[in-house]
Amino acid sequence: MGNEEKQQSEISKGKYRVVGTRPIRPDGVDKVTGRATFGADFKPADMIYGRVVRSPHAHAVIKSINIEKALKVPGVKAIVTGKDFPDIGPGDIAAGEVVVSFYDMARNVIARDKVLYDGHAVAAVAATSPEAAAQAADLVEVEYKVLKPVMSARDAMAAGAPLLHDDMITQGVTPAPEKPSNVAHRHELKLGDIEAGFAEADEIIELEFNTQTVHQGYIEPHACVASMNADGVANVWCSSQGQFMVRAYTAKLCGLEISKVKVIPAEIGGGFGGKTVVYLEPLAVMLAKKAGRPVKMVMTRDEVLRATGPTSGGFGRCKLGAKKDGTITAADVELTYEAGAFAGSPVALGCMTGTASYDLANMRAVGWDVVVNRPKAAAYRAPGAPVAAFVVESTIDAMADKLGLDPLEMRLKNAAKEGTKAPYGPRFPRIGFVECLEAAKAHPHWTAPLGPNQGRGIAAGFWFNIGLSSSAAIALNEDGTVIVTEGNPDIGGSRASMAMMAAEVLGVEYERVKPLVADTESVPYSDLTGGSRVTFATGMAVTQAAQDLVKQLRERAAKIWDVDPDQVEWRDGQAVAIETDKHKPLSIADIGRMAGKTGGPLSGKANINAQGAGAGFGVHICDVEVDPETGYVSVKRYTAIQDVGTAIHPSYVEGQLQGGAAQGIGWALNEEYIYDKDGRMQNTGFLDYRMPVASDLPMIDTVLVEVPNPTHPFGVRGVGEVPIVPPLAAVANAVSHAIGKRCTDLPLSPPRLLAKIQGKG
Amino acid sequence: MAEIQYAAPETVAAAVKALAAGKGRAKVLAGGTDLLVQLRAGRISPDVIVDIKKIPELRKVKKDKGGFRVGAAVSGQELGENADFRADWPGVLEGFELIGSTQVQGRASLGGNLCNGSPAADGVPGLIAAGATVTIAGPKGEREENVEDVVTGPGQTSLKAGEFVVSINLPKRGKRGGDAYLRFIPRTEMDIAVVGAAVSLTLDAKGVCTDARVSLGAVAPRPLLVKAAGKALVGTKVDDAALDALAAAASAACSPIDDKRGTIEFRTKVAGVLARRAALIALERARNNA
Amino acid sequence: MSKHHVTTTINGDPTEFLCGTGETLLDALREQLGLTGSKEGCASGDCGACSVMMNGRLVCSCLVLGVEAQGAEIETIEGVAEGENLHPLQKHFLKEAALQCGICTPGFIVAAKALLERNPNPTETEARYWLAGNLCRCTGYDKIIRAVMNAAAEMRGA
Repeated sequence: MGNEEKQQSEISKGKYRVVGTRPIRPDGVDKVTGRATFGADFKPADMIYGRVVRSPHAHAVIKSINIEKALKVPGVKAIVTGKDFPDIGPGDIAAGEVVVSFYDMARNVIARDKVLYDGHAVAAVAATSPEAAAQAADLVEVEYKVLKPVMSARDAMAAGAPLLHDDMITQGVTPAPEKPSNVAHRHELKLGDIEAGFAEADEIIELEFNTQTVHQGYIEPHACVASMNADGVANVWCSSQGQFMVRAYTAKLCGLEISKVKVIPAEIGGGFGGKTVVYLEPLAVMLAKKAGRPVKMVMTRDEVLRATGPTSGGFGRCKLGAKKDGTITAADVELTYEAGAFAGSPVALGCMTGTASYDLANMRAVGWDVVVNRPKAAAYRAPGAPVAAFVVESTIDAMADKLGLDPLEMRLKNAAKEGTKAPYGPRFPRIGFVECLEAAKAHPHWTAPLGPNQGRGIAAGFWFNIGLSSSAAIALNEDGTVIVTEGNPDIGGSRASMAMMAAEVLGVEYERVKPLVADTESVPYSDLTGGSRVTFATGMAVTQAAQDLVKQLRERAAKIWDVDPDQVEWRDGQAVAIETDKHKPLSIADIGRMAGKTGGPLSGKANINAQGAGAGFGVHICDVEVDPETGYVSVKRYTAIQDVGTAIHPSYVEGQLQGGAAQGIGWALNEEYIYDKDGRMQNTGFLDYRMPVASDLPMIDTVLVEVPNPTHPFGVRGVGEVPIVPPLAAVANAVSHAIGKRCTDLPLSPPRLLAKIQGKG
Repeated sequence: MAEIQYAAPETVAAAVKALAAGKGRAKVLAGGTDLLVQLRAGRISPDVIVDIKKIPELRKVKKDKGGFRVGAAVSGQELGENADFRADWPGVLEGFELIGSTQVQGRASLGGNLCNGSPAADGVPGLIAAGATVTIAGPKGEREENVEDVVTGPGQTSLKAGEFVVSINLPKRGKRGGDAYLRFIPRTEMDIAVVGAAVSLTLDAKGVCTDARVSLGAVAPRPLLVKAAGKALVGTKVDDAALDALAAAASAACSPIDDKRGTIEFRTKVAGVLARRAALIALERARNNA
Repeated sequence: MSKHHVTTTINGDPTEFLCGTGETLLDALREQLGLTGSKEGCASGDCGACSVMMNGRLVCSCLVLGVEAQGAEIETIEGVAEGENLHPLQKHFLKEAALQCGICTPGFIVAAKALLERNPNPTETEARYWLAGNLCRCTGYDKIIRAVMNAAAEMRGA
């Protein structure tokens, strides 16, 4: 079994020296030897242990909190409750892909007057041992007035449903409702005239869908250490998707100026969007302040599942009109997502992405953002898009079945291309969706024979990808090696791609570039690692920083040779005088060595807001086999095809496609939050929150379609999120074909599927 | 907070003494794969933990009266390394080899899987189908009990304070005998059984079933010996009609619950499906064991 | 009651530590001995990130009491490489890009090493089932399995 695609990718061959090759990641040896320091691995001197007191109720008013007994436990050094934190008024700010309300975030990190989900933090203690902290946590007395929990969007929207927030007036509805409800927001977007579109249709299909809450499932629980210096500066060591995000949120929630918080990024053990918010850090800072000692806080798996942001479950509907030849004449999509305890599900993103793969003259998407007594949803890889794609791609599949058309051909017929107006407004620039569909059609998987009880599904997916702010600096060392400093945690190998892009521009060996993910005081602001932006945006910053350095290297050579800088070219890592052979080329090492004599040390920098993140499209093909007597689904073959722009490091790009597909397969088959009637989560561990294990999956074949993004110097498109968009529908379509019935409810767990097979679901 | 005491006795007598000293607040530690999880989750808070792995006879697999005497602290992986046991009781072994991951396999013990009292324990239906017994040591000496009588309800056993299981005793397999265990889980690994089914049967020279025992897990408050299901095979050549009767009897014996792992309807239906499939494997093995 | 004084061997070195009865081997490795390569992902034996070898068997160190290490031979991820020389599994994990975030990697390498010591020529299916107790959420397992198979081939001299 060889890795057949070890060679440089087609698009990079001949064009690039480093880009498109597969070098060893710079942080690799530390990670295979256990030396890398993750969130929970840091231990400063004099450190004590923090622990969160959590609500056992899904919905209750906090009547009182008594910490007297807990304070008497030997070794207890500090206890904080909501009262210890500054008041924060309502007021939203935009942050990354989702809108953040600090008012809500403050109440999510530690409850004030009400608890809104099982596991909601109500207090935190710090003690000299984990045992003492646990004992004290048990002795914090919280008196609750228990309220009826509201566990699903349907229940939350029902007349007379208990309210989570007495003042929640639905936004996006005119005229504004007079009474509060659990509906936070209505979103709508449309193109053309759907009624006219349905009138043109030969066939109309309308289907309803249900999905459940799922978790990102990173293996590393949230962890941090905080200390408070005597000068009032808080130091926070933690794993997160953004040290600047942690700094901003922690400062705000603790009432500190941003310059009084320093965040040192640890290695991050998976995030997938789930580490784009804070939970422990503000608690640890306040405990450290009170205790006067560094405080470490590490979540248990139970806490991660109960109290950190999963992504929304909910329900959806899609009405589709099509002509006999497969042309879609109208699509009407309605999505209802559970936001969790506070407003802000990704339903608007679902509305924007669901039909974005297709060139539709008439479409409408309506989204409802509904609060329920579950943990507040956080971002999860292409937030909002996978469920929307499940709804739309399943309906398209059903339409192809009804019209007797090849589902791939039907997608090709309607595919978005350059110039297509996206449902969310702009016209697409150069995109590669058609190329992905053509690659799927040409792939042997698409035409391979199927066995008994087997079925094949295909589905597409779209994600915007984002740019935002990134900073990078490149320092030239005296021996010609360089340090690339950036502000984005490396969540899946991005150090390698940063070093590769710098090496490409500078013309130096990859091994001579040392990338560094710096703390918040050592590099200017960078937005967090998310939105598939790092290789695109931070890569653009690194590229520009390298170009800045090259410009200075040419100037130094010009100075040494006493020529005009225009007479110096940077070629293969050295300064070359053009139109003369009088001067021996100067290598980067030569110039580095002489830097002191030629004007001082050299460094390049770039601080940018990256524009033009190229939209990403993917097409997945899935084969399943269903046991008709038990409803057990086995994934037999899987192929993920995606337009990745240019693959800087193809192995890590393939890894994104494979990992996203695996998460999507888990979402489709067995992952779900299970609550009892009182709103207590029943599956708070990996035993019953069933993520795919190695024996559940086949090899996941990948096809990297490379349609370079014209706005990026190397043609990069974000790749991390697209691959989780198609799998829900790809798996469901495959299962639907295997059993001969349309599957509309996820997960397709055996009890649910067996009932469906037997005609009861 | 009181510290937990720890004892690692080297004889059965010393273990009995250590457990008795715990006055009902003692817990036996063998592989620890259930105990440590319960400890960590705060579901138990023992005064004493008695580690029985230092008792040599509890770590051994011995041939005994044509059958086997398996020390209660023997792990699934250790049992699987015994070729004789694998040849005679592949179904019993299948159950134990399904408990947890590779990491758990090297630790989780037969005795622990039984005494944890889970209705869904993978190791137990195979033992019940095999007609296995356990030897129990306690303050009043040793006694023997049928495996099907050990678990009395979820998390509950017939063991009295101070008692612990010393060995699990398998009878002689005999010619033309075969057994099998199948479980249903939503994934391929790492789940607790939603349904478990074990079948052990013996054929005569003409291929007629002379004896059959069927046991089901996870479909009732405790692992079941389903006599009617066994009876459905006896006197037949284990043909389709007999298998249908077996499946029907298996489903009829179920009194499961709806929970995070499965529904009543699902468990009841799948119990019959698995019992039938396990019987076919046991049949094949019996035929090959001439 | 005072803590237990445990004398054990870790990665070939005689080692001593103190622990309470309720503390796990993983706690002892990470907190007392500073061996933080073994990770805690679940504390219930479901993720395998804390995998170590104990007396030649692969175990989750979160499911072993620290006091059980008395007299035992423990091998952790920190002992897999010999000085600067990486184990073939470590080399292949790097070469095949079999890690993304890297939190599960120590557990996978320890578990895969145990597999290859027992079965130098596993099939893909055998490798997948052996490693089913090690969760990875980043890679979809594809590149991990390739790395294990390629390391096995190299170690067999194939």
